[in-house]
Amino acid sequence: MKAVVTVIGEDKVGIISSISKILSECNANILDISQTTMDNLFTMVMYVEVAKMNVEFIKLSELLEKCGKEIGLDIRIQHEDIFKSMHRI
Amino acid sequence: MINTNEVIETIKMIQQDKLDIRTITMGISLRDCCDSNADRCRQKIYDKINFLAKNLVKVGNQIEKEYGVPIINKRISVSPISMIAESSDEENYVKFAETLDKAADNAGVNFIGGFSALVHKGFTVGDTRLVNSIPEALSSTKKVCSSVNVATTRAGINMDAVSLMGRIIKSTAEMSSSENGSACAKLVVFANAVEDNPFMAGAFHGVGEGECVINVGVSGPGAIKAAIEKVRGADFEVLAETIKKTAFKITRMGQLVAREASSRLNVPFGIVDLSLAPTPFAGDSVAYILEEMGLEKCGTHGTTAALAMLNDAVKKGGTMASSFVGGLSGAFIPVSEDIGMIEAVKCGALSFDKLEAMTCVCSVGLDMIAVPGDTSAETIAAIIADESAIGVINGKTTAVRIIPAIGKGIGDIVEFGGLLGSGPVMELNKFSSADFIKRGGRIPAPIHSMRN
Repeated sequence: MKAVVTVIGEDKVGIISSISKILSECNANILDISQTTMDNLFTMVMYVEVAKMNVEFIKLSELLEKCGKEIGLDIRIQHEDIFKSMHRI
Repeated sequence: MINTNEVIETIKMIQQDKLDIRTITMGISLRDCCDSNADRCRQKIYDKINFLAKNLVKVGNQIEKEYGVPIINKRISVSPISMIAESSDEENYVKFAETLDKAADNAGVNFIGGFSALVHKGFTVGDTRLVNSIPEALSSTKKVCSSVNVATTRAGINMDAVSLMGRIIKSTAEMSSSENGSACAKLVVFANAVEDNPFMAGAFHGVGEGECVINVGVSGPGAIKAAIEKVRGADFEVLAETIKKTAFKITRMGQLVAREASSRLNVPFGIVDLSLAPTPFAGDSVAYILEEMGLEKCGTHGTTAALAMLNDAVKKGGTMASSFVGGLSGAFIPVSEDIGMIEAVKCGALSFDKLEAMTCVCSVGLDMIAVPGDTSAETIAAIIADESAIGVINGKTTAVRIIPAIGKGIGDIVEFGGLLGSGPVMELNKFSSADFIKRGGRIPAPIHSMRN
């Protein structure tokens, strides 16, 4: 199962480092990263393999949300199917 | 591989445009709960709901977290209680409503629908008992929703039922007058009711349905409005295309959630209802979509055409996105639940008569409209008759959910709370329909009902 991590907010030092630390502790593998600016907001999209994680998906989601609050960014993780199903036939 | 733009578009739709799954509704057949002993019948009902719906809320919350899509409500619909309770000889069905309320509490859902009767051609003993129990049942329970089908295109309009429902609505309002008649918000009178509607207050588990089923209702007026803002001034072809594409995406999300919920609960998937269901919060209004199309205020000339186009484009976009589309599917136009509708009524742009015209082309009918508390039962019945006629002749579902605001007059604001919102009391025609309603009997089915 693959998931998508999105980070939206003001660009600052250490965003990737904080997130990848959490992902690596949970044994989630980063497959791809891209970043862009949307409406003057920093937007990062990470594609992550979560099949071999050592925690529940919901736990990782909570950890990322908490980390987002700490560094003042909106961080979320969602199952990739939501994006695939909405935009592709 | 994932496309960044698609990811960002989805997140924008959810975060800014308030796109959500409005409800996951589990339909449960209670037909095997019939028993000549009413207490035993209620115990069976309670146990069955308890058993089948025990994981509904948990699974809903899991899906919400994993997919990052808000799922606002988890609900239950059951077989029309008139058919189940009439196996007993109890004459008042209020205790059945209390059992449903308790079962809903236990499952953690916010509404349970199915305190219902289908009387479009006539009343059985159980139907009469159920309908007469509605005022007390709805004012003594919190989560139970009731619906009564009084007409179909194939059977015509049961005017005795229409007349009775006028009195029932009035007395339901009186019994809940301390709460602004809010019990009436849980009561819908239908023509051509559908069997798989996941939305309240009109949901019930139809007689042609299986044991247990998952139906999902999506929403997303905000997402449609945001999309058509980008094509301001473009012609109607572009407008229709834009609505269709957005409806497609919204419905695909609903389909995914429905499939996932159905597989995790091990319950067959029924339908996705692709309705645009507004809420009283800004950015979630159907009226605002109509205004974005170029109307100064919802309710002015052109509103019916705008709504017709919206309703049709939503269906066309949604149909391709799901293998089974059902329920009511279209645009809802509840007044108190839609901030734009409330504003339009307040400034005099939207009248009761215009709302009636809009129900010819929207997905349901006169919905969440506060009317003066001294409105007679016959006038309420006549409103139901008009609405039923629109449904029967046009072969569509129509409904009446109006709230006589006891002690209040035209222009007064009535608060219902939460998603039910608030609304100004609307003006009705002051001339009497009493002799018309007094006639009784049935209005025959229209000529085009004979299709065999």
